[in-house]
Amino acid sequence: MTSIQPPAEAIWWKQPLDRVEGTWIAIALVWSLIMFVMMPVWHIYGKQNLSNEAYRTTASAFQAKTQAMVDQYTVRTMTDQQIPVVKPPPGSDVYLLGRLWQWWPILELEKGQTYRLHISSMDWQHGFSLQPQNINLQVLPGYEMVVTITPDTSGDQTIICNEYCGIGHHTMVGKILVTEGGS
Amino acid sequence: MKTELFRTCPESGLQFHKPAENLMRIHAVLAVVMLLIGGLSALAVTLTRWPAVHLLPADKFYQLLTFHGVNMLIFWIIFFEIAVLYFCSSTLLKVRLATPRIAWIGFFLMVAGAVVNNLAVFGGNASVMMTSYVPMPANPNFYLGLILFAVGALIGCFVFLGTLVIAKEEKTYEGSIPLVTFGALTACIIAIFTIAMGAVILIPTYMWSMGWISHIDAAMYRLIWWAFGHSSQQINVAAHVSVWYAIAAIVFGAKPLSEKVSRTAFVLYIAFLQLASAHHLLVDPGLSSTWKIFNTSYAMYLAVLASMIHGLTVPGSIEVAQRSKGYTKGLFEWLRKAPWGNPVFSGMFISLIGFGFLGGISGVVMGTEQINIIIHNTIYVPGHFHATVVIGTTLAFMSLTYFLIPVLFRRQVFLPGLAKWQPYIFGISMMVFTLVMMGAGTLGVERRHWDMAFTDAALGFDYPASAYTLMGLVGLSGTAAIVGGAIFVLITVVSVFFGKRVESESNYGTATTRLLKAEPTITPAGGHEAAGKFGFAAPGTFAMAIFFLAVFVVYYAVNWKYLASVWPMS
Amino acid sequence: MNQETTDTKQPERVPIMQRIIDNPFLLLFIGVVVPTVFYVVWGIMELVTIPLAN
Repeated sequence: MTSIQPPAEAIWWKQPLDRVEGTWIAIALVWSLIMFVMMPVWHIYGKQNLSNEAYRTTASAFQAKTQAMVDQYTVRTMTDQQIPVVKPPPGSDVYLLGRLWQWWPILELEKGQTYRLHISSMDWQHGFSLQPQNINLQVLPGYEMVVTITPDTSGDQTIICNEYCGIGHHTMVGKILVTEGGS
Repeated sequence: MKTELFRTCPESGLQFHKPAENLMRIHAVLAVVMLLIGGLSALAVTLTRWPAVHLLPADKFYQLLTFHGVNMLIFWIIFFEIAVLYFCSSTLLKVRLATPRIAWIGFFLMVAGAVVNNLAVFGGNASVMMTSYVPMPANPNFYLGLILFAVGALIGCFVFLGTLVIAKEEKTYEGSIPLVTFGALTACIIAIFTIAMGAVILIPTYMWSMGWISHIDAAMYRLIWWAFGHSSQQINVAAHVSVWYAIAAIVFGAKPLSEKVSRTAFVLYIAFLQLASAHHLLVDPGLSSTWKIFNTSYAMYLAVLASMIHGLTVPGSIEVAQRSKGYTKGLFEWLRKAPWGNPVFSGMFISLIGFGFLGGISGVVMGTEQINIIIHNTIYVPGHFHATVVIGTTLAFMSLTYFLIPVLFRRQVFLPGLAKWQPYIFGISMMVFTLVMMGAGTLGVERRHWDMAFTDAALGFDYPASAYTLMGLVGLSGTAAIVGGAIFVLITVVSVFFGKRVESESNYGTATTRLLKAEPTITPAGGHEAAGKFGFAAPGTFAMAIFFLAVFVVYYAVNWKYLASVWPMS
Repeated sequence: MNQETTDTKQPERVPIMQRIIDNPFLLLFIGVVVPTVFYVVWGIMELVTIPLAN
């Protein structure tokens, strides 16, 4: 009987497997398991993983921490809006906040150094999208995400918002400047 | 005993219960209406993302993108799916539909929900995208419309289950339900989970938008919303796989290679497919990697295994049917001699290939926990789901519609010469569309973004020229696909409302062949492997499957390699 | 299948797996409980145990 009719046999469970199906199921199962194992393996041997370190926070608490960093480490400002460029010491905790419609402040990091990057949103959901690296993270209000990053290329990276956040979404652009370290 | 009205379609031998038939027709018609308005908004969206055209201003773009998403991903597909559920229960089991009156209530709720939601979006204060992530507020009617629609769809699901119960009690079939009905049951079960989750998140969100609740947690919203939003697309997977099996049976008289394997694959869908809602949360704060890995992989890729099984057994069953008709030369004579001029078949086969090669592979790759870092929220994501939902689901439903026009609507297909080409125009341009979108996403172009040139931004960014080229191709191929979709709508609407009637008699009477008795299968001596090669019943399909696997493995490895090139993170 | 293979008049016992697959309501139960437990409940537990930032 065809697929739109009831099965011909009252008991179809005991029907032996076709060779073509049996072989394919075995191959597909092995491939599925390989793909599954790849994820934990990458956590052990790979270099690009999220720690999943996160905290509950509030907009004001996170803003205060970011402001403290800006007050301490600002080296200059950029654009007409006087956006502070902050150069925190390697290994330190750096803060980046997203709000309608800005990533704040501009971070200046040293190539090859490691930083604990904290990200949160002051208002709606935002998307941290670092270009042209193409690292993409979800940024939520009320949550502080911590990612330990090690920039290994120098030059300017742009942070774009890639979670729709209203009419000014396309103007929400920030920067991470990476300098050659060691000087 | 009440007499129920049935008619048997002389061409297909299918039996239609009159109240069920009316419901199927009205749901299918509404579905096409939704496809039409969703398609018009698609044109505006795609022409805006084409950098050289950049048609709409930002506010209109986001408004129409919201409109496009909701109408296509929810309204078009679910209206059609309810028709499929009624077809797979009442028609395939030759039984009266349970409680047609209540089914009509469900229908009107769905219509009301679609209207309320669309009016809210047209009002201009609900441009929040289909996902309506809190705390971005929308007009309360946006959520209310979705809730009404979901309740209506839930009623449809229960009518389907009720019809299964009646068929069993009235013994309109013997043994187990047909495989296609079983696939529809899978879709129905996933739909029930989906709608339950939709209620859990949308009702509080509605109350929040009315000011009755002060706060909805953004992470919690995303967790539950995606159990609704992603699972709703898994309904489609189960539904269009069932449609593939149905078309293989209708066009070729194909029988499943094995009931056991195909049904077990559907059971794997029932248990594990919904876990992949985690695909959207892989770079979210707060969820552990253990949770992410387990859920994103559908518990060790068991649902991917199921899809790979269906991907083999659907064409495999066609190959076996074709070989038993004598198309046994070489590996692929069965495929070369398939009716490529019949849109019911060609659409289904393009849907199968596109879903597997483009939608399936990209979905698994981007759903890998770490690889998602280089893909999340780029335009790669809509590239992927246009391959699954448009090439996979929409094209499969279009193919089925070409079958239903004469059988269900009793009309001849308008412009059959054009209908022959429609699946190719639509399917191939859609394949290009999804590929160039995925290419642009790999270069970091964002989804849901009005201006990739960042006009008016204090700080700028220039995408490479190749990204602009790819987005230009998105606009071109998207427009071509919309032309293909418009041809479908034209053919369907003209056929159904103004088409020539099918001449053969198909009058209503009481059911004649109430008992669909199963006949023993005739298997050639030596099993149906005898018609195949190397002891394989479907050697051509197996060769295609191995080719598929090779592409899969290479693309998967390439993406790990690409991931390894970005900044180290931990 | 051939009923003659069994000597008794009793029809062949339906295997347990086939009986499970033939039961829509059992499948509905599985299809709701599995994702609810692994995705929803587990996920909620993780979100509510996120510590407060200092």
